[in-house]
Amino acid sequence: MTTEAIHDSHEHDHHDHKMTGIKRWLFTTNHKDIGTLYLWFAFIMLLFGGALAMLIRAELFQPGLQFVEPDFFNQLTTVHGLIMVFGAIMPAFTGFANWMIPMMIGAPDMALPRMNNWSFWILPFAFAILISSFFMDSGAPNFGWTFYAPLSTTYSNGSTAFFVFAVHIMGISSIMGAINVIVTIMNMRAPGMTYMKMPLFVWTFFITAYLLIAVMPVLAGVVTMVLTDTYFGTSFFDAAGGGDPVMFQHIFWFFGHPEVYIMILPAFGIVSTIIPTFARKKLFGYSSMVYATASIAFLSFIVWAHHMFTTGMPLAGELFFMYCTMLIAVPTGVKVFNWVATMWRGAMTFELPMLFSIAFVILFTIGGFSGLMLALTPVDFQYHDTYFVVAHFHYVLVTGSLFSIYAGAYYWLPKWTGHMFSERLGKAHFWCSLISVNILFFPMHFLGLAGMPRRIPDYALQFADFNKWVSIGGFAFGLSQLIFLAVVIQCIRGGKKAEANPWEAEEGLEWSVPSPAPYHTFETPPKID
Amino acid sequence: MTEQHQQNINKSVKKLTLIVCAMFGFGFALVPLYDVFCDITGLNGKTSNQAASVNENGVDESRLITVQFISHLSKGIPWQFEPMVKEIKVHPGETKLVKFYAKNDAARDIVGQAVPSVSPGQAAVYFQKIECFCFNQQPLKASEDVEMALQFYVDTELPEEVNTITLSYTLYDITGKVES
Ligand SMILES: [Cu+2]
Repeated sequence: MTTEAIHDSHEHDHHDHKMTGIKRWLFTTNHKDIGTLYLWFAFIMLLFGGALAMLIRAELFQPGLQFVEPDFFNQLTTVHGLIMVFGAIMPAFTGFANWMIPMMIGAPDMALPRMNNWSFWILPFAFAILISSFFMDSGAPNFGWTFYAPLSTTYSNGSTAFFVFAVHIMGISSIMGAINVIVTIMNMRAPGMTYMKMPLFVWTFFITAYLLIAVMPVLAGVVTMVLTDTYFGTSFFDAAGGGDPVMFQHIFWFFGHPEVYIMILPAFGIVSTIIPTFARKKLFGYSSMVYATASIAFLSFIVWAHHMFTTGMPLAGELFFMYCTMLIAVPTGVKVFNWVATMWRGAMTFELPMLFSIAFVILFTIGGFSGLMLALTPVDFQYHDTYFVVAHFHYVLVTGSLFSIYAGAYYWLPKWTGHMFSERLGKAHFWCSLISVNILFFPMHFLGLAGMPRRIPDYALQFADFNKWVSIGGFAFGLSQLIFLAVVIQCIRGGKKAEANPWEAEEGLEWSVPSPAPYHTFETPPKID
Repeated sequence: MTEQHQQNINKSVKKLTLIVCAMFGFGFALVPLYDVFCDITGLNGKTSNQAASVNENGVDESRLITVQFISHLSKGIPWQFEPMVKEIKVHPGETKLVKFYAKNDAARDIVGQAVPSVSPGQAAVYFQKIECFCFNQQPLKASEDVEMALQFYVDTELPEEVNTITLSYTLYDITGKVES
């Protein structure tokens, strides 16, 4: 070590010094600061992506074309999807990882603090590039977030290069974040914190990080192929030059299916932390939860073609992917069983984090069931590319992932801010969201079964009534999220002082430090028994 | 943080970076892997790009297979392109000759390339072309037209359950690629 480094680490021991103003946030290497940045960024992206969804629902309020041109409508659905997946859900989980993992395993910080700063600060640039394409002559990408070739190659508009570079940067950011999570968990655990003693929250992020490392590079590869096909005359996906557009779907979904577990496994972790606290029981079947998570992650690599049943596969292929997909219901069922068993005969109370967690368990299960229906090859031919699919993945992503994020945010807000939030306002957020989200997404099941196709700005008259309900639910759900903003701002500015362990949680090192959590925690590792 | 600790961290970072690079490579390796896989299984309905030799297994008169021909024009190619017979019946092993008509309606010279695809995909490996216009590029001067030949037979090993084979040709404008 150089003298400078020694000096550095010496200073590091005593201070609670931090830079002030904008510099603190730009140059911070503190895991809590970076976690906060990630969470705010994710929330801003959620509002932006939500605004796009409001435009979509306004257009679909009535049949016919009212507000937007079909091409712009396609841009809206595309960017809405990209923003929600890569800008809202994934950064929000990375924010949780940053804030909580070091505190939960008794580490002073993440293992690679400087890389941590980078992995956050390249994200705003990625989304600036993506969003700026709205203001270009050609408009934003319009081929759907799944960017199927040849829509994204032969038929794409002028902003494809911006899309590709934006996805590259998002990918690099997630990969760096994932490396940081794995290295931290492998090397920074407090003495005595064995793998099987880690909170399930940490386990799910550990496994998710491995999924990220395995599939984000494949995504980077496939967007690169789209780039060279579009601009440099290669023919990976162009049949005229010996390529194959169906291969695009294979490579994309090899990334795409593990990606959906990247967005749900951390949710499992959050909910598995919250339910035991408010049921006042230990988590039922801890080790089975770990193994279930690992087997879901493993299975996610061999089911990708269930997105492609209608592309013309041999029967054997369709059966293989159908059975493998349905197999995932087993470990997922284990999880749902364990959550219910944890609540069974518990001394339950229904504070906000618990309300969101229970809503998660029920509504995520509905999303899981519609997923099972979609996994059945023969019926998928009917459901494919209809609103049934839209209903399915919004149930798992909104009432699944997003609700778990809210549950986690309410659970740890006292730890983050040092204040209790307004339970009344929070309950308003919960009930408004819960009711409106079901008005928003439940009728979509019926629309899909009746044959309404997704990604179309107009529809047949018989779908008009349901679409009106869906749109009303959509506007209400969108507005309800502003209540959350109000709760958070109020909670940051003041409120009842939070105790170190406001929920009387039985487990979790994070509750052993005062609220708000000091800027540096566990500089000397805690004792684990 | 001890020196040993820092070394462990560096080691993990190196290993993980290696996985990332390997997976990036794997994404591209999927391209040839997919081709090999499809060659073996006929998964994507691609037929062989090489001329098959003449059938030596005799003719199976007990079966009669319907072969349908369809054609597509890819975006922006101003040609007419159609099979001159839409459908014929053949015994497995029997060699047949069919013709496709193509005409360049544009006022400029265009090089076309027809790409075949067979449905159901599992029949692709049994569809043998002795001679096909799709083996070559097809340059047509402005307003020129041509009749293009396809000579083929269906292999006698064709699975029992396949009674109809559809051969689809998509015609692409490759003038730009030929010039560059
Ligand atoms: Cu999937």
